[in-house]
Amino acid sequence: MPILGIIASSITGGLSTTAYESISTVTVGSGGTSAVTFSSIPSTYTHLQVRGIARSTGSSSMKLRINSDTGSNYSYHQLYGNGSTVSSNGYASFTTMYIANLPVAADGANLFDGFVIDILDYANTSKYKTFRSLNGFDANGSGYIALESDAWLNTSAVTTLEFTTSVGIAQYSSFALYGIKG
Amino acid sequence: MAAGATYEPIATNTLGSATASITFSSIPSTYTDLILICNGTNTAGGSTELLLRYNSDTGTNYSTVFMFGNGTTTSSQISGINTSVAAGQTDITKPTPVICHINNYSNSTTYKTSLVRASDSAGKVWASISLWRSTSAISTINIRPYSGNLSSGFTATIYGIAAA
Repeated sequence: MPILGIIASSITGGLSTTAYESISTVTVGSGGTSAVTFSSIPSTYTHLQVRGIARSTGSSSMKLRINSDTGSNYSYHQLYGNGSTVSSNGYASFTTMYIANLPVAADGANLFDGFVIDILDYANTSKYKTFRSLNGFDANGSGYIALESDAWLNTSAVTTLEFTTSVGIAQYSSFALYGIKG
Repeated sequence: MAAGATYEPIATNTLGSATASITFSSIPSTYTDLILICNGTNTAGGSTELLLRYNSDTGTNYSTVFMFGNGTTTSSQISGINTSVAAGQTDITKPTPVICHINNYSNSTTYKTSLVRASDSAGKVWASISLWRSTSAISTINIRPYSGNLSSGFTATIYGIAAA
């Protein structure tokens, strides 16, 4: 039985600990980094999940590019709350996904966004790829919580994930990629 | 890229009678993330927040931003509860499933975030993010309602996910 974090409430027993496997993990070191990249992702799983925490060195939007595709082939929709209102927005024909909103120095020390990103049917070569994300950060009096849906308008199997911000990803940010068997 | 088995149940508790709280202690630090899944009702007589407390810290070191829709309106608020994580609302008759992701719970350098998705079948769909302003590894999780007790049959299971 596939185990997917966001929908794991369906677990009722008989848990298979071999259906959910760690593929690779990146923890950002001193000085931060411009990008976190998972490449050569095997096509042997049914779904992927990326889990972690992240903080930016100066720009709040965390971008995600698939298979190094720099074309205008990405779109996203977002439902989010900021502690006072709930809003929704969406954009099309972007050159990257916008997958999370990261805290920066002005939000306070030691704060990190938490995120869980599901990539369903990532290796299928007949479907566009849809990503979904639960993410947010709390800054003790402010913050945001978001549900996001992103599309990559391409039928290729996903083999590379590149996370960036406009400035950089801060030290101690951690990204863990998992594969889920069908 | 080497792959290995992960995602393991650590502990589970199903209440045989109404109880004030459930505590998971001595949580090993050998995983990367924790996922806490709860489902059940409370005895308070209505909807009340489900609260999580880490490492028995009773200080005002918690904060939560949440949003919900109740079938009529949407709302986002900053929780007034600052001595616990506010992890959705439980109801007296309809079980409320709660999934809480505690990513990088065992590092000793960052404050800890808790991502929650909850569905109060009495009337709300909920998502929230909470901050525990401590860099300590989480080794104990206490689960309780804001008022009343957890009802008989309330279930709580904690899973560990280990990254390569």
